Amino acid sequence: MPKPEILDVQGQAVTRALGRIGVSGVSGVRQGKHFELEVDDTVDDETLHRLAGSLLANPVIEDWTVTRL
Amino acid sequence: MITFPGTLDDVDAARAVRRAGAEAVPLWHADHDLRGVDAVVVPGGFSYGDYLRAGAIASLAPIMREVVDAAGRGLPVLGICNGFQILCEAHLLPGALVANAGLHFLCRDLVLTVENGRTAWTGDYAAGAELLVPLKSQEGRYVADAATLDELEGEGRVVFRYRDGAPNGSARDIAGITNPAGNVVGLMPHPEHATSTLTGPSDDGLGLFTSVLSATVAAAS
Repeated sequence: MPKPEILDVQGQAVTRALGRIGVSGVSGVRQGKHFELEVDDTVDDETLHRLAGSLLANPVIEDWTVTRL
Repeated sequence: MITFPGTLDDVDAARAVRRAGAEAVPLWHADHDLRGVDAVVVPGGFSYGDYLRAGAIASLAPIMREVVDAAGRGLPVLGICNGFQILCEAHLLPGALVANAGLHFLCRDLVLTVENGRTAWTGDYAAGAELLVPLKSQEGRYVADAATLDELEGEGRVVFRYRDGAPNGSARDIAGITNPAGNVVGLMPHPEHATSTLTGPSDDGLGLFTSVLSATVAAAS
């Protein structure tokens, strides 16, 4: 997800479009990305955080969470 | 000719309309006014930055509400490239446009075959005619479920096909389709860039614009 201090222009555009389909009460939308990775047992949490922070997300402008399903 | 924020090809589309002998009327995305036009072109570009999905936000613009209503009453509507994406997002046409197979932006001249010469936009072409026109798109791969594709084929609603195979991976080499009534047509390649050999690879694309003019004049007389 873009960090809170980063202006999310895509989210703003989506917010305005929601008004056009008659939905009120939505004051903000932030748009991020969701990745699903298939990994085997040799990939530990530390590795997952490393690849999230080095490739999938840009830590300068984005926050991320890693969830195992 | 509708202009959204991020539209690129409205100027060429207006030129194509004028070369066909008709008057080009600029329409603005934020207006609820079709200004009495006899046909609408939704041109290419990157409306609203293609945020969310290509064409998704433009499909909800005020002018599109008017276009959807008017299309239901039979007004001829042509969507080119981003305009095709917008017509699909507005559910005037079935299916969707997704990222090209191979992920590359494709910019090249190629040959289309006209599969249906009976729509409001193709009446001046014989079925089987070949058109040399440019393709320039990132999300040009036409997809739909098998039942929808069978329905399009069965009802003759595939209007244009890539003659030499779809470079973007489009289902069944489909380049353009129409609605059941034949007044709404969408295609990915750009006929409006092929209306003069001075500026395009051919003038093969002019026929779409002369077709709609002929159909409109015939309907009025």
